[in-house]
Amino acid sequence: MMVRRYFYVGAIALLIALPFIATGLGQEYYIGLASRILIFAIAASSLNLLIGNGGMLSLGHAAYLGIGAYTVAILAHHADTKTMLFGFIPGTINAWIAWPIAALVSALCAWLIGAISLRTRGVYFIMITLAFAQMFYYLFISLETYGGDDGLSLAQRSNIGFNLSDDSHFYFVALTLFLVITYLLHRLTDARFGYALRGIKINEARMEAIGFATYRYKLVAFVIAGAIAGAAGALLVNHNNFISPNTLQWTQSGTLLIMILIGGVGHLLGGIVGAALMLLMEEVLSTYTNHWHLALGFVLLAIVFFAPKGIAPLFEKMGKKT
Amino acid sequence: MTTALFVEQALNGLQMGLMLFLLAAGLTLIFGIMDMINLAHGSLYMIGAYLMAALTQASGSFWLALPIALVATAIIGMLLEISLLRPLYRRDHLSQVLATFGLILISNEVIRIVFGDQALILNPPASLSSAVEVVPGFPYPAFRLAIIAVGLIVAIALFLLINKTRVGMWVRAGASNRDMAMAMGVNVKRLFTGVFGLGAALCALAGAMLGPLLAVQVGMGESILILAFVVIVIGGIGSIRGAFVGALLVGVIDTCGRAFLPVLLRSTTSSAIADAVGPALASILIYALMAAILFWKPQGLFPARG
Repeated sequence: MMVRRYFYVGAIALLIALPFIATGLGQEYYIGLASRILIFAIAASSLNLLIGNGGMLSLGHAAYLGIGAYTVAILAHHADTKTMLFGFIPGTINAWIAWPIAALVSALCAWLIGAISLRTRGVYFIMITLAFAQMFYYLFISLETYGGDDGLSLAQRSNIGFNLSDDSHFYFVALTLFLVITYLLHRLTDARFGYALRGIKINEARMEAIGFATYRYKLVAFVIAGAIAGAAGALLVNHNNFISPNTLQWTQSGTLLIMILIGGVGHLLGGIVGAALMLLMEEVLSTYTNHWHLALGFVLLAIVFFAPKGIAPLFEKMGKKT
Repeated sequence: MTTALFVEQALNGLQMGLMLFLLAAGLTLIFGIMDMINLAHGSLYMIGAYLMAALTQASGSFWLALPIALVATAIIGMLLEISLLRPLYRRDHLSQVLATFGLILISNEVIRIVFGDQALILNPPASLSSAVEVVPGFPYPAFRLAIIAVGLIVAIALFLLINKTRVGMWVRAGASNRDMAMAMGVNVKRLFTGVFGLGAALCALAGAMLGPLLAVQVGMGESILILAFVVIVIGGIGSIRGAFVGALLVGVIDTCGRAFLPVLLRSTTSSAIADAVGPALASILIYALMAAILFWKPQGLFPARG
């Protein structure tokens, strides 16, 4: 147990020191990469809550990421052009307003989608979440006002009270959000709610028989995951200064799935480990070859066949042995 | 809006639906019998189309290339089934999704390495490159008519195979209750390799037929795969009849929605709103249809497991 605590403290210290180390080495580029990893770690962690705890295999999770990102971008667009959204909502570039709204809009969409999707089981659930994500994908493609196929650019990053366009400032914002969300997820999965969810994953009929409103538990988890992904989307659009419908494509949902599979399904650190490994692999391999997807494909097959529980549980084992 | 336009769009929808049926038929059986999610089904369609384009260029004859491409894709499909997919049947859906997603990435990159990034051109056979007058004064490409004919023939042949033969009986038994079928002496393993090969051949046929109309390029499999999934979910997983009805529904609604919905909206609301909403509405129409069907019938229209 002590070893694990040291591990977490050391990891957090390293994450805090990272921008200073990178600046010291003259490698500021890696601060941006680290921010990207943190953003995708948040999104993947939210999907991990669904899959790892609730057994809800959603293949449309990128939709909430995209919805959150578009919410921030659209509000900024209206602030920029001094127009009203729907004719009466003024735009804003204030992060304290726009980011919570992004999470809220994503949560609302997740609530609507979840309420319908959770009536189905198994393969049907996978497919209906995919279908809803596709609907949003095509919706944003056809919104010509907001760039349509070409996507929407941000004139500047959100206004948060200090200079967010500085990459290491942005990194610390992403890191803070990541740590807070990871801590909340840890508390959530360690609480009665998390135990109930895992019970539902193992045997839903039995949980229902002993008096749990399983549908409501799953819906709440679905909405929470949607809200967190929306927050990740708000960060993502600020990181890239750009959002396009591609972020909502089903292959993006597949990528999030891959991240938590690589990292460890149902493991608190699955999201961050998976996102880090995946994005670093992309970074390294794509400098050598244009065909890095080929290697990724083989890695996926290898993990499915040889390490079905992912990488993060290996850290767990290390902590337990001592 | 003229009758000719209406007939043309209806025929296009029918043709789209029949091609989707070719893809969905194999997919729904794989789902139904083995409870297996195969995202790589679209890759077989892509492989079929590429083989077809390459063989047609090499041999100079569409009709010579067609059977070779079909058989080759079927063999590739069966090899894939025996080597990689068979160990996945007993695994959970997550493993299946990820392994077959990996297969998509691998096949896309292999195709890109072998054939390059450029889309290949597949020409329809010369004998079918003319146009036929379906309604007097309204020409329709002969090749598109041929696609409809091929689709209908395959659909009828599949119906006969599934409903009138012993093999078909095994397939139906496997789809409704795999364990019981095995207990009654059906060699589900070998049967399934056969079904997978047949599914791959149907994919290649769809690729060969749609190749001249759409572009033969990397990524062509993914977009149509999603449509095929929509089809089988609407129809009910494991049901050939459901796949047929679902495919025609999706094909006709999607094609006609794109063609007529913007026009229809323009006649009822202001043109600004119609221009903004029309295309969006048309492209999400089938997904909305699927969501609605799953809402009222969570097992699809024709559930194979009763």
